[in-house]
Amino acid sequence: MSKTKVIVGLGSCGLAAGAAKTYDALDKIKTADNLDFELAKTSCIGMCFREPLVEIKDESGSYIYGEVTPDRADEIIEKHIKQFSPIHDYVVQSDVFEARDNAFYEGQVKIALRNCGYMDPENIEEYETRDGYKAIKKIIDNKMSPEDVIQEVLDSGIRGRGGGGFPTGLKWRFAKNSEASQKYVICNADEGDPGAFMDRSILEGDPHSVLEGMLICGYAIEANAAYIYCRAEYPLAIKRLNIAIKQATEKGYLGKNIFGANGFDFEIFIKEGAGAFVCGEETALIASIEGERGMPRRRPPFPAEKGLWKSPTNINNVETFANVPWIIYQGASSYNRYGTEKSKGTKVFALTGTINNGGLVEVPMGMTIKDVIFKLGGGIKDDKKFKAVQLGGPSGGCIPEHLSETIVDFDSVNATGAIMGSGGMVVMDESTCVVDIARFFLDFTQKESCGKCTFCRIGTKRMLEILTRITEGEGKDGDIEALEDLSHQIKDSSLCGLGQTAPNPVLTTIKYFKDEYEAHIRDKKCPALTCKKLLSYKVIEDKCTGCTVCAKACPVDAISGERKELHHIDMSICTSCGLCFTKCNFDAIEVY
Amino acid sequence: MRIQRVISKKGQRAENEPVDLSHLDNLISKYKNKKGNLIPLLQGTQEIFGYIPHEAFNKIAEETGLKRSDMFGVATFYAQFRLMPVGKHIIKMCHGTACHVLNVTAVTESLLDYLEIKDGETTSDKLFTLEAVACVGCCSLAPVMMIGEETYGKLNPKEALKIVKGIKRNETLENKS
Ligand SMILES: Cc1cc2nc3c(=O)[nH]c(=O)nc-3n(C[C@H](O)[C@H](O)[C@H](O)COP(=O)(O)O)c2cc1C
Ligand code: FES
Repeated sequence: MSKTKVIVGLGSCGLAAGAAKTYDALDKIKTADNLDFELAKTSCIGMCFREPLVEIKDESGSYIYGEVTPDRADEIIEKHIKQFSPIHDYVVQSDVFEARDNAFYEGQVKIALRNCGYMDPENIEEYETRDGYKAIKKIIDNKMSPEDVIQEVLDSGIRGRGGGGFPTGLKWRFAKNSEASQKYVICNADEGDPGAFMDRSILEGDPHSVLEGMLICGYAIEANAAYIYCRAEYPLAIKRLNIAIKQATEKGYLGKNIFGANGFDFEIFIKEGAGAFVCGEETALIASIEGERGMPRRRPPFPAEKGLWKSPTNINNVETFANVPWIIYQGASSYNRYGTEKSKGTKVFALTGTINNGGLVEVPMGMTIKDVIFKLGGGIKDDKKFKAVQLGGPSGGCIPEHLSETIVDFDSVNATGAIMGSGGMVVMDESTCVVDIARFFLDFTQKESCGKCTFCRIGTKRMLEILTRITEGEGKDGDIEALEDLSHQIKDSSLCGLGQTAPNPVLTTIKYFKDEYEAHIRDKKCPALTCKKLLSYKVIEDKCTGCTVCAKACPVDAISGERKELHHIDMSICTSCGLCFTKCNFDAIEVY
Repeated sequence: MRIQRVISKKGQRAENEPVDLSHLDNLISKYKNKKGNLIPLLQGTQEIFGYIPHEAFNKIAEETGLKRSDMFGVATFYAQFRLMPVGKHIIKMCHGTACHVLNVTAVTESLLDYLEIKDGETTSDKLFTLEAVACVGCCSLAPVMMIGEETYGKLNPKEALKIVKGIKRNETLENKS
C-alpha cells in the first residue's frame, strides 16, 4: 500500500487565492499530530475557479477538494485522513464518485497540460517518471535523424499555438535547411494577450516539457543555443524555469554531448521581457533579445534564414513546445487522431469573464464553442444570458451567441472574423457592452503600437477617439462607416500582425452588433448599461435611508434631500459620473 | 494597458536624494562585454534603485560605451522602466480583458480616490504607487491586483480598499514602534 498523498496546488492562481496559507496549515497539522501522509506540491490543474485546491490521493482513489481555506484544511484532515471518511460536499472532482465539478473534465484531452497539476514542477524526477525526457531518449536510442524528427512533427499536423497557426514541422524544416554554423531556438513566452494564461500555467506547472520540446527542436534544426523570452510579470514561471534548467543540466539533459552523442550540445537561457505587447511578434522579440527597442522588421528574410544576431532561428510558442515531446514519444499518429482535417490535436483555452468555471481547459480541436462554455465552463455566471465570446484578444474578435455552434479550429474561427489566437476565451453576458469592449481593445493596441507604421500609429488613435466619443454619447452619423474605412486602411498598410489585426475587435462587433452601435450613436443609450455617460440614475425609494452620502459625493449638486429623508436626483443637472452609485452603501441607486 | 509613464525632468526628482552610483559597479562589470546587455543593465539598475536615475544613464554610458540615446530610447519604449522614484508599495491594477469585463475600473477608481492620486502617480507620503498593467495571468480570479509579489483576486472596491488600508495601518504602526 502506498502512502496517502496530500497535494496542494501552488500555481499563481492558487497562491493568489491563499494556497500558501493552506499549505502551511496542513504542514502544521501534520507535524503537530504526527500524521503519516506525504505532503506534496503541484501547480495549477486548471480549476482556477475552485482555488485553493488540495488533492488527497489514498488507496481508494483521488479526491480534489476545492476552496480549501486553512480552517477547511483542518476539517478535511480530521475527517478524511484520521477517520477515512472523505467529505463529499467539499470534493469538486474525484475518480471515486460523481463529484460536483466532474463535468469540467469530461471531454478534455490533456496533452499540452498532461503534467500540469499532476506533479511537482520543481522536481525533475517526477517529470522523468511521467515519461519525461523519454522523447529525446527515444530519438537518440532509435537513431532518428533530424529529418526523421521533423517528418514526425510534420506528420502530427500540429500548427503553432502562438496565434499564427503555421505548421510547426514546416517551420523547423526551413530552419534546418538554412546553412549556418550557429543557429538558435527561441521559446516565445511573452503571452501578451490580456485574458490568456495557458503559457504561464504550463511554465509554472510543467517547465521540463517546454525544455524538452526546445531540446528536440534544437536537435532537429541543429541549433545549440536557445532563449526563453518570458514576461517579467510571471516571476513564478521564471523561478521554476531556472530551477528546471539547473536540474536538467545536472542530469545531463542540457549541456555538452547530451546522452553521450558527440557534438550534441544545447544550452538554454532565460530573457526577461520588459513589458511591450509587440515583443510577442517574432522579429520584435528578436530585436528585444538583442537589447534594442522591440520594433518589428520586414519579413522576408524570415527568422529561419536570418534571426537572432543574423543567425537562422526557430521561434515557437510555449504550448507548441510542450506538445512536442508527447508527439515524438507517442508518435504522430497518436496526436493526429484528435482534431479536424486541417487542425490536428488539442488546444488549451483560458476561460474567463462572466463564466462559472473560469480556468484552463484542453479540448480536441473540433469541439463547439457552446460545449466549451456550457459543458466544461458550466455556463454563464448568475444565470445571465450569454451574449458573445471574445477569442484571440486584441487581434481577435467577438463571436456572438448565434454562432456558438462554431467549432474550435483555426479555419472555422477565422471564418467568423475572429481568430483562434493564443486561446483566450473571454465570455461576455448581456451586461457587457460590446462597443466598450471594442474601445478597450483599441485603447490597448493604440498604446502598444510601436509607432513604426503611420496607419497603425495614427489610425488606431483616430479609431479610439471615435469609439470613445461613441461611448460618451457624442457619436454621430457616419462614425460606423469611418471606423470601417479606417479599419481597412490600417489592415492594408501595417507591417506586422499588430496593426494588421488591431481593427478586428471593431470589425466583428460592428458586423454582429451593429444595432448596439446605433443605440449608442442615435439614441444615446447603452443597452448593456455599461457606458457611464449614457446612463441615468434614480433613487430607489424603499432602499434610501437618507444618509446624505450621495448628495455629498455629487460633484454637481444634482441630488437633493434632507437627512433621514428620501433623496432625489435631478437628471437635468446630473452629468452621469456614477459617483452616487459607487458611494451608496445601501444599493439604493438604480441605473437605467 | 500600458503603464502611464511619468518622465522625470532634470532636477525635478523628489527631495533630490543623492544617488549612490557605486551600487552599479557589480552590475556593470557583470554585463559589460556581453551581447545584448542593454536591457539587462537597465533592468538591473531599476532593481537596485526602484527606477532608473538620470545619473545612472551617464555612468553606464561612460563605462560600457553604450550610447545614452539608445538607452533612453529603450527605457522609454518598454512599459517596465521607470524614470521617477516610486512609492514603497507598488499597486499593479490589472486592466486585462477579463478584469475589464468584470469591472476593474470601479476598483481602480475607488483606490485612486482614496489615495488621492492619478494612475501612475505616487502618494505624497511615498507609500503607494498605483499603475494600471496588462493581464497578470490570474484572469480566472478577475478582477486582480498585485501589491509587491502578492496577488489579490476576486476584488470589489470595498475589498481592495480594505487591503490597501490594512497595509497603510501596518506601516503607521511600524513607524511608531
Ligand atoms: C502583435 C503580436 C503579438 C504576438 N504575441 C505573441 C505572444 O504573446 N506569444 C506567442 O507565442 N506568440 C505571439 N505572437 C505570434 C508570434 O509572432 C509567432 O508567430 C509565434 O510565437 C510562433 O510560434 P508558433 O508557431 O509556435 O505559434 C504575436 C504576434 C503578433 C503580431
Ligand atoms: S485580465 Fe486580469 S489577470 Fe488576466
